[in-house]
Amino acid sequence: MSDFLRQLPGSSQRSRWARYLHVDQPLLTLLALFCLLSLLVLYSAGGESLDTVLRQAVRMLMGFAVMLVLANIPPRTLRFWSPWIFLGGLALLFAVMFFGEISKGAQRWLDIPGLGRFQPSEIMKLSLPMMLAWYFHERPLPPRWSHLGIAMVIIMVPVLLIAEQPDLGTSLLVAAAGLLVVFFAGLSWRLIGGAVVVFIPVAWVLFEYVLHDYQRQRVLTFLDPEADKLGAGWNVIQSTAAIGSGGITGKGWLNGTQSHLEFLPESHTDFIVAVYAEEFGTIGMVLLLLAYAAIIGRCLWMSLQAQDTFNRLLASTLSVTFFVYLFVNIGMVSGLLPVVGVPLPLVSYGGTSIVTLMAAFGIIMSIHTHRKMTGR
Amino acid sequence: MRRSFTQIKDNQRETRLLQSRVTFMTAFMGLLALVLLARMIHLQVVRYDHYATISDENRIQTSPIAPNRGLILDRNGIVLAENRPSFSLNIIKEQAGDMDRLLATLQSLLKLGDEDIRRFRERLRRGRPLESLPLHARLTDEELAIVAVNRHRLPGVRIETELVRYYPHAELLSHALGYVNRINEKDLELLDPVNYDGTHYIGRTGVERQYESVLHGRVGYQQVETNAYGRIMRVLDRVDPQPGSNLGLYLDMDTQKAAFDGLAGRRGAVVALDTLTGGILAFASTPGFDPNLFVTGISGPDYRYYADHPDRPLYNRAIQGQYPPGSTIKPMVALGALHYGTMSPETSIADPGFFRLPGDSHQYRDWKKGGHGMVDVRRAVIQSCDTYFYTVGHRMGIDKLAGFLGGFGLGQKTGIDIPNELSGVLPSSAWKRKALRQPWYGGETISVVIGQGYMLMTPLQLAAATATLANRGFTVTPTFVRRIDDADLPPPPRRRTVVVDKPEYWDIIDEAMEGVLQPGGTASQVGRGLQYRMAGKTGTAQVKGIAQGATYRESEVAERHRDHALFMAFAPADSPRIAVSVIVENGAHGSTTAAPIARAVVDAWLLKQPDFVPLAPATATAPAAPVEAEE
Repeated sequence: MSDFLRQLPGSSQRSRWARYLHVDQPLLTLLALFCLLSLLVLYSAGGESLDTVLRQAVRMLMGFAVMLVLANIPPRTLRFWSPWIFLGGLALLFAVMFFGEISKGAQRWLDIPGLGRFQPSEIMKLSLPMMLAWYFHERPLPPRWSHLGIAMVIIMVPVLLIAEQPDLGTSLLVAAAGLLVVFFAGLSWRLIGGAVVVFIPVAWVLFEYVLHDYQRQRVLTFLDPEADKLGAGWNVIQSTAAIGSGGITGKGWLNGTQSHLEFLPESHTDFIVAVYAEEFGTIGMVLLLLAYAAIIGRCLWMSLQAQDTFNRLLASTLSVTFFVYLFVNIGMVSGLLPVVGVPLPLVSYGGTSIVTLMAAFGIIMSIHTHRKMTGR
Repeated sequence: MRRSFTQIKDNQRETRLLQSRVTFMTAFMGLLALVLLARMIHLQVVRYDHYATISDENRIQTSPIAPNRGLILDRNGIVLAENRPSFSLNIIKEQAGDMDRLLATLQSLLKLGDEDIRRFRERLRRGRPLESLPLHARLTDEELAIVAVNRHRLPGVRIETELVRYYPHAELLSHALGYVNRINEKDLELLDPVNYDGTHYIGRTGVERQYESVLHGRVGYQQVETNAYGRIMRVLDRVDPQPGSNLGLYLDMDTQKAAFDGLAGRRGAVVALDTLTGGILAFASTPGFDPNLFVTGISGPDYRYYADHPDRPLYNRAIQGQYPPGSTIKPMVALGALHYGTMSPETSIADPGFFRLPGDSHQYRDWKKGGHGMVDVRRAVIQSCDTYFYTVGHRMGIDKLAGFLGGFGLGQKTGIDIPNELSGVLPSSAWKRKALRQPWYGGETISVVIGQGYMLMTPLQLAAATATLANRGFTVTPTFVRRIDDADLPPPPRRRTVVVDKPEYWDIIDEAMEGVLQPGGTASQVGRGLQYRMAGKTGTAQVKGIAQGATYRESEVAERHRDHALFMAFAPADSPRIAVSVIVENGAHGSTTAAPIARAVVDAWLLKQPDFVPLAPATATAPAAPVEAEE
């Protein structure tokens, strides 16, 4: 795979503009192709509305712009700002708690005049790994107990604030991003084993005492979707039917009946992969996973070349969080995981997710393109 | 976290650490990706059939197409029951939103009764998902306009056209054809759920009910693709329904009108049979009702009007009215007397105006005070001499009498092709033991022999018995339906049920019955001007018992307690083609109220036959002597 990635056009001999713009040409090419193809899927999933596709294309362009900006910020600058961004993010989360807008029973949105509505929790997906990478940058690795304890506090504060909104899905994703930093920092395997042993009773306590009713309902529905056919189980029943009825070769582009006849809810947002699987079948799914693998592979390859702790930890974590998003999304749509409202990266309709992802790719590119050219 | 670890950052060591962690994570992600792939293969390959079925069931709906109900025609092709397009207001629950508000709006817009709403709610309860349920049928133009104007306030409301049964002759045929109405919950348990899937109406009574399976047809299907909200996107497949068959009846509308008009304003029944086939030429029971009111669901006030009406319009007198046949059975009894040798054709008895059983002082009175003098069998029938028949009854005994009358179908259902006919009562000692757990008394024979006492017949039975007399012992089965579509149905076979010792006994009875309509007979007025030979017999059925020694004065008796008037006849007497029975409740005299109706019915039928040859005028215009009203 990595041989292939190195052979991609422009990767061995970076063109002048790419160097000048601090862009990683292979990754940019992959992302651009991927986004174009995802617009085709969105066209079908969004009821063949050109309007939807155009609006998404605009968001993607915005995403690319954000990527470009971040790619041009030197990692050192990012590192310097990391704690401040993190603290600002926390402040916004507190603001959500007190002034946030309530939508669908959860208080997640912050309406800032002039900037529009956005979810501060989305910032945490980037700023928590940045904060942790900053924290570990100055400290010897693998981390000591005391450093680990502080890292856990850094993780738990935003995670709990987001979980309180309540937004279980995002809080788990943010927690995953934080834990990935700790993992890449060199958390000892014994501790990882111990954490897994501890996790099970903690999960039980969470389920019984901490989760909101609707969240508990989601978990129960996940375990047995048939129990609530027309209610919470409907989504998963319809999405598995969509995927399953696609078969090996799929029903063909624009021919998915589950989405076009509106049996599949959220077909152009969180459940878009069901539309794709219905229309393109197992073959299409294999190709999709390969495309994701190419993007993640390129990112990880860049992470390995990163030159200091902050860069290494941040780049590798952001690469893997991308996988976490797609795994959780496909897992929930195909009925492997409970429904937690995670969009399919780069494919689902919606602006926030695209911008956050592109920002992450921009950071990785920045880390890669700002390397000091010293022979290793 | 080893103690020996130094505080100084070791870049190379960290790079190696990260490399190993990234390698591990890559392997782990590969594993998770394989899990996703395995899940896809499980859903899309292993369980493909299962999910493909779920997906198809989601989108493909099979909706039934109801067949058009067959028409009902008279023997000349006049339409008696047809299907007319009608607009109905239907609601699809899933699209209606707030059902209570919608119903309230509709109720005030269209002035619907609470009853309509209640019935709709019942349908709503057992409706299928996305089914279009009828709220209000037969919208008028004005109502259609109101709905159109208020469209925006009426989500889920649909105006649908459906074919609704229509009976153009309304009351005239209500008891013969019956009617269809909406299928109810009880019907659903009995009906073929497949064939009746799209059908809303079912034959409830009469011919409509009896021939339901023929009239209904076979359901068709339409396979459509719908979206999640039930909207039809395209038609995938269609199997056309097979319409129900048209029924051609024996009924003749001219004859039917003569019967119905003859009964106008009275309670009664007329049945006219084709003596050769048993085909029903006329079948009237009055008062009738408007079957059209029942089709889409009769309103409360309309139903109460019929149900509470003292004349009981819903009651089918022709097959369910059980009346004492009175003197109309005398020709049959006389034939029995000849057959058994109770009386010889020449035997005459002296009639003093009453009859006494030996050793009993009770007088069984003749209708004619002072009696008829010397009476033989002919005179006994012509003048309806009770004393003669009292004597016959006494001599013959009840069981012989019942055995002989049984051959004319008394006490048995005729087997007519509509439901709910009653069998009347043919009393005998065995019957009485069984029904009343009492022995038979000789005096009871005396009333039975003149068609009173326990004896009861329906007008239909009387017509069938008349046909048996006309056919000289061959009984036909009264039948409405003559053809299904273009295929003639063979009439039910005639059965020989009455055999007499000597065939000339039939001649004697025929001659006597003809005499009834001739000067000196009880119905001689009706016989005037006949263009064919007609044989008949009057009858009067007592409604109220008359005490010994009291005289019956009809002016003093309330109309409801007057006697029922009966008449039975067949014609032409020498080669019978039609047999008629007429009963007019509280009509008092068979000769004056019932016999003219029978005459009109026979006229309506016979005179228009292509092979009809009128009698020579001399016979037809024989002067008639005034005859006393019978009994």
